[in-house]
Amino acid sequence: MKIHKDHQRFRQIVRGKIREDLRKFLTRGELLGREGKHVISIPVRGIDIPHFRYGDNSDSGVGSGNAQPGDGTDADGEGVGPGGTQEGHHILEVEVTLDELADILGEELELPRIEPKGRKRITSEKDRYSGIRQTGPESLRHFRRTFRRALRRHLMAGTYNPQNPRIIFERRDKLYRSWKTVKEPQSNAVIVYMMDVSGSMGDEQKELVRLEAFWIDAWLRRNYQGIESRYIVHDVRAGEVDRETFFRIREDGGTRISSAFKAAWELLQSHYESLEWNIYLFHFSDGDNSSDADSRECCTLLRDHLLPGINMFGYCQVASAYGSGHFINVLHEHVEDTENMITTRVNTKDDIYDSIKAFFSKGK
Amino acid sequence: MSSSLPTDLAKEAESLAEHCRREGLDFYPTVFELLDTEEVNQIAAYGGFPQRYPHWRFGMEYERLRKQHTYGLGKIYEIVINNDPCYAYLIRDSAFVDKKTVIAHVYAHCDFFKNNIWFSQTNRGMMDEMANHATRIRRYIERHGLETVEKFIDTCLSLENLIDPHSAFIHRNRPHRQRMAEPSAPDAGPPDRATRFPAKSYMDRYINPPGVIAEEVREAADQQERDKDKLPAKPVQDIMLFLLAHAPLEDWQADVLAVVREEAYYFAPQGMTKIMNEGWASYWHSTVMTNYGLRADELITYAEHHAGTLATSPGRLNPYKLGVELFRDIERRWNTGRHGADYERCEDMQARREWGKGKEPAGRVVGRGSPGREKIFEVRRIYNDVTFLDEFLTPEFADDQKLYHYRYDPSTGRMVVVDRDFDKIKQQMLFMLTNHAQPYIYVLDGNYRNRGELYLGQRHIGVDLDIKYAIETLKGLQKIWRRPVHLRGLIDGEPILFTYDGQQSSQQKIDDSVDAPAHSVE
Repeated sequence: MKIHKDHQRFRQIVRGKIREDLRKFLTRGELLGREGKHVISIPVRGIDIPHFRYGDNSDSGVGSGNAQPGDGTDADGEGVGPGGTQEGHHILEVEVTLDELADILGEELELPRIEPKGRKRITSEKDRYSGIRQTGPESLRHFRRTFRRALRRHLMAGTYNPQNPRIIFERRDKLYRSWKTVKEPQSNAVIVYMMDVSGSMGDEQKELVRLEAFWIDAWLRRNYQGIESRYIVHDVRAGEVDRETFFRIREDGGTRISSAFKAAWELLQSHYESLEWNIYLFHFSDGDNSSDADSRECCTLLRDHLLPGINMFGYCQVASAYGSGHFINVLHEHVEDTENMITTRVNTKDDIYDSIKAFFSKGK
Repeated sequence: MSSSLPTDLAKEAESLAEHCRREGLDFYPTVFELLDTEEVNQIAAYGGFPQRYPHWRFGMEYERLRKQHTYGLGKIYEIVINNDPCYAYLIRDSAFVDKKTVIAHVYAHCDFFKNNIWFSQTNRGMMDEMANHATRIRRYIERHGLETVEKFIDTCLSLENLIDPHSAFIHRNRPHRQRMAEPSAPDAGPPDRATRFPAKSYMDRYINPPGVIAEEVREAADQQERDKDKLPAKPVQDIMLFLLAHAPLEDWQADVLAVVREEAYYFAPQGMTKIMNEGWASYWHSTVMTNYGLRADELITYAEHHAGTLATSPGRLNPYKLGVELFRDIERRWNTGRHGADYERCEDMQARREWGKGKEPAGRVVGRGSPGREKIFEVRRIYNDVTFLDEFLTPEFADDQKLYHYRYDPSTGRMVVVDRDFDKIKQQMLFMLTNHAQPYIYVLDGNYRNRGELYLGQRHIGVDLDIKYAIETLKGLQKIWRRPVHLRGLIDGEPILFTYDGQQSSQQKIDDSVDAPAHSVE
């Protein structure tokens, strides 16, 4: 169809605008919380065509209904008020699939596609309700369709009385929703996020971690059909938590990073066989470990157990007012010559851009 | 004529056309085509036409329509093009009765296009014209590159509401034949003649005193002398035309601007008659379908979809519903004689309610067989939405339709019902419709401060301009004008001058230190 050219052009313009603003999106976190299951709505500036138009003090109009003065109309005034929001706002909300967004990220940061290991794809079965049939359980009855058939039957039989419009369903009127079984690929990749929640990690640091994690998620999801995420927090002890808790939790106390690595190692051993799974470990900390002995234990854990079986270990050190930030240096000293460990420092939001780039520019 | 329809549907279309004609509808031959949903979305995105010039905003509209359809938020039932012959599109997978309803609906639209005066100046060969526009713009894209042309189209589109929808009917600058005969300076034209009242020759001296006449002539000449160097000679609302005539455009740019302007004028009457047009079409599809078109087994589907089209939701006015109810109200009022001085003066509510009781025509009325029908045919010929509501919206009607006036409440951030005061409702509705709810903007000076700068002004009718949008639009306008551009607007009661000089935009309060433009529209 001819329109596809115009449509493609429109998408191209949208992508261009998002790319232009990507650094801003990466650093300001405007996109957090906007994501649906597959799409994300992105505010894009300057796409719509501006006109001379009326401003805000025209926000009134005429409606109809039973509402009493003082009631809300529950309308946004669209199409009725003289503001006539037909033009839309100059900032346009555009829906982009998360995949598309990841592609834009990939293009802008020049990230290579990841080569997955272990081609094994496990599929699972799922039911989708998409059809209609004559039999089924009452809980799946399609009321509107059933009602229409019953109404039609009453009318044709001449038993419909407009004064007393009572419709009685019979067995032959009833229609039910039916389902189809579809196959869906199951995840073969896992991301384990670890975060230091000791007293020295403040809200500002956590915000950085949230942002960084969002983009890591976006890029890895683009590269794997299905993906699982696990979350581990630690201070002197470590434990697995859900996503919500991971980003909200506040703890005090010291830091023993090895506890997190141990927890991760146990998690991998019990659930994720390294031959079948693409495994990503990310650790966020301010680098202020409690003792050098513990830091050395971390390095041993990494070298001997974790690094051999996984695709990548990313260590992201955020700057904190309290921390010594020494851990990153320890890592550099003791765990050299491994390809699958990447370390970055994120001091401000502006560093996220480079951090993401550093993590994924090797295509692992 | 119904070329691509299957035989059974073509037969129905023919019989519906016959019924419509007997009811007095007078329409162009109509060509129907069956399309599936994707194709309909495409054509709707193109504003109803199969051929448009390439532009991304059609793609944007397409995406919106497609999404709306997927989420079940809206469905397009019909598209009809004002053209001779009329083209109309039906959805292939809709029910047979839906197609019949749409066919009847389309015939009425078509009748409206053909007979309503506001459409009388539109191009009835627009189907071809749009295709020509597409070809021309494609050629410019080949020659000058997609981005260049696209950017320029964007700029033109941002000015597309700066037209004068009435100008097709009033030839403001048409040279007067008689005046042409008089000897005068060829460039300036003769001064306006003084007002002369008709009088018998012996009274002429008193009714048209020579002294006054001479004074008036001299004043007019003075005025003309003063205005001689003014560009434009009077405030101009058709800013697009002014730009065509005076902006430093390359040939292809001028042509693109002309294309956008022509299309804006073509669509303008549809914006001016939305309520009437949809009301008229709904009136006739329901009349024709319920009287002739329906088979018994189609009744429920028809009723469901008809009710869906006319449904109102809170805080929203449905033009279909408002239009059809007003037409029915007019028909009822004229059948029962509820109009004219006697009825208006009557203050006895009982008598008003009983007025003309029993005068309603008994049985089925065909065509213009009743005073009510006669009246609505007249209305469809000479009214537009503004005059339609102004004349026929009555307090009784507003009451019946449960209309209310709402306003944005800044404290709660919601739209809140204010009251059901008829005057306010009517004022608000008329305001919504006047000039398509677009602000009135005029060219006040094309050579501001004698520096070739462009000066626009808003005629303020109670609502301020949106400042952000105004600045963005000025930037586009400057690209066309190439010299600095100014816009005078009233913001919170203060006259403000917005300026964009090609580098940066600025705004300042207008006081005595700011030079005045050639004209004023205050």
